Amino acid sequence: MNNLAKKFHQDAAHMAENVALRNVIATGLGKYAEGRDKKIADFQDWQKARETASQIKRESLNNLPQNIQQLTEKLTSRGTHIHFAATGSDVCRIVLNILRQKKAKLMIKSKSMTSEEVHLNKALEKEGFKVVESDLGEFIVQLRQEPPYHIVFPAMHLTRYQISDLFHDKLNSQPTENPETLTMIARQNLRSQYIQADVGFTGANFAVADTGMISVTENEGNSRLCGSLPKTMITLIGIEKVIPRLEDLPLFLPMLATVGAAQNLTAYNTLYSGPKRPEEPDGPEEYHVILLDNGRSRLQKDPVYREVLKCMRCGSCLNVCPIYKSVGGHTYNATYSGPIGSVLMPKLFGMAAYKHLSFACSLCCACRDACPVKIDLSHLLLKNRETLSSQFAPKYEKLAFKGMSALFNHPLFWSLGKKLAWIGQKLHPLIEGSAIDPAQCWTATRKAPKLVWHSFKDLWKKYKS
Amino acid sequence: MTIDFQNILPKTETEYTAMVNLFANKSADLTTRFVKVFTQREIGLYLNTLATQEKWVSIASHHTPLTDESVIAVPVPCLWTDQGYKIEELEKVSASITGCDALIAQTGSVMLSSRTAGGRALSILPPHHIVLATKNQIVPDLPTAYRMIREKYSPNYPSMVSLVTGPSRTGDIERILVLGAHGPRKLTIILVEEV
Repeated sequence: MNNLAKKFHQDAAHMAENVALRNVIATGLGKYAEGRDKKIADFQDWQKARETASQIKRESLNNLPQNIQQLTEKLTSRGTHIHFAATGSDVCRIVLNILRQKKAKLMIKSKSMTSEEVHLNKALEKEGFKVVESDLGEFIVQLRQEPPYHIVFPAMHLTRYQISDLFHDKLNSQPTENPETLTMIARQNLRSQYIQADVGFTGANFAVADTGMISVTENEGNSRLCGSLPKTMITLIGIEKVIPRLEDLPLFLPMLATVGAAQNLTAYNTLYSGPKRPEEPDGPEEYHVILLDNGRSRLQKDPVYREVLKCMRCGSCLNVCPIYKSVGGHTYNATYSGPIGSVLMPKLFGMAAYKHLSFACSLCCACRDACPVKIDLSHLLLKNRETLSSQFAPKYEKLAFKGMSALFNHPLFWSLGKKLAWIGQKLHPLIEGSAIDPAQCWTATRKAPKLVWHSFKDLWKKYKS
Repeated sequence: MTIDFQNILPKTETEYTAMVNLFANKSADLTTRFVKVFTQREIGLYLNTLATQEKWVSIASHHTPLTDESVIAVPVPCLWTDQGYKIEELEKVSASITGCDALIAQTGSVMLSSRTAGGRALSILPPHHIVLATKNQIVPDLPTAYRMIREKYSPNYPSMVSLVTGPSRTGDIERILVLGAHGPRKLTIILVEEV
């Protein structure tokens, strides 16, 4: 087991004991599920919406190079600077260059999981730049110096009391139990930062190829402020987020709000087509769009895993996953957690490092049914396991399975095995739980069913006549 | 591919009165204040009442025939954003008054752009955003609204187009809804029927 896998198992075990935290998560996700189902019911045909969205995304990925070309041509024609980043470190280098060129000191950010993926904040702070997260949840976890707990709800693991203590410590605010007061503390704190910031940074949910626009979905208005006030604006987007037409948005936007936030639509769905135009009174003078690959084009070429690029990061697979609910977001120790993370992390960042995530799944398939673009995540997790068993399985495991295969294929071995297992189980208590117990991993948390000397098959033979 | 929106998205209305009623219902769900008036003069009267109620100190707006006529009735100074402005001054105003591209009955949303709403910041920075719309601006659903954006602007799109659905909100603390996270705490939409 590698270190990441060891840590995963340790943290999962701790989390299992942390009933208070699991209750916080269960309450949050419970409220979400109730709201989501109501909003799904507002659609006339939710299944048809899913099927259509899936088809559009698939079509878009099949024509990815053409779509990206169209997108960048349109954006460039209106004066937007396009940057292609092959890796995460390329993104950091590009942003650093822009900040240096603009002699910037402060960059204000709205929510972007892609920037988490490339560890942008750390890279900028290392070079002496100040980076402020403006999304309330991200603002909170940034103050705590921890990564977001969830793709969409970054601070869902915290209670209002913990947030009140945090604000009291870091911002000298009065303690309060009122979520509204806490929100207003953050609002007041960030207002001056929007105005002072030299650069505004946003993530993106879609890029519209045929009109050359970047689409940003949010509720708080912080992203719109990031795109309105600073003189320079930067958007980071994964190349897979391109959709073909402007007319696809009326489908995707309400779907994303429904499964992502249990709303019909989020408060702001904004399209950016370039920097401020000459006749407009405000907006950034420079607009930079960074298109990130970071392993995505490799996935695009893979006919099986291409499906995973349909993902629009709504977080709905996390919200229904029994593993996510039990082990929590931070246990994954990965940018993308939950089922989508368990498929994506090994494929993007190395099977060897993240292979344990493929087993963080009970194959209940709830994620497959929840996914708005019909990614069969449970199937892909099985595919991961298939790869692992052929490439990474230790010799003894392969041998054990060969033995099992022989046992199941030969009636004589099978009946002999049954009797031996009965004897083995009788002797097992002598070593149970000790270091030489071969079944230690299993018996540490479970009890095996009791074997009997006379099996059903034996009894059947005896009493049939 | 063409999308079968008619059979997928939430039901909507197509006849004017029904669209207005649906829009009013959706607004109530979203905590948007929706007001229907008959004449342009009534907008001014309504704004004047709001100014007193909410103790406005100053407002901000941009020039359109509808805003020009309405802002005159408000007894506080107005910052016009058309020719540029100081962000610090816009940050201090009590409310902003803008036009829009469309109202969408299906969702209770406002479609606005940097061209129809006085730039990018006017509709997001002040604490109370007031949208003025005319009778012909209400459309049945989202697909119509996006089609309209293409027909109206292509290929010279405004640098920003925003679909606004209710006031700014967050649920980041214990999934409890709080209005006015970073954008406007209040959103008022005034529909004028005779212009």
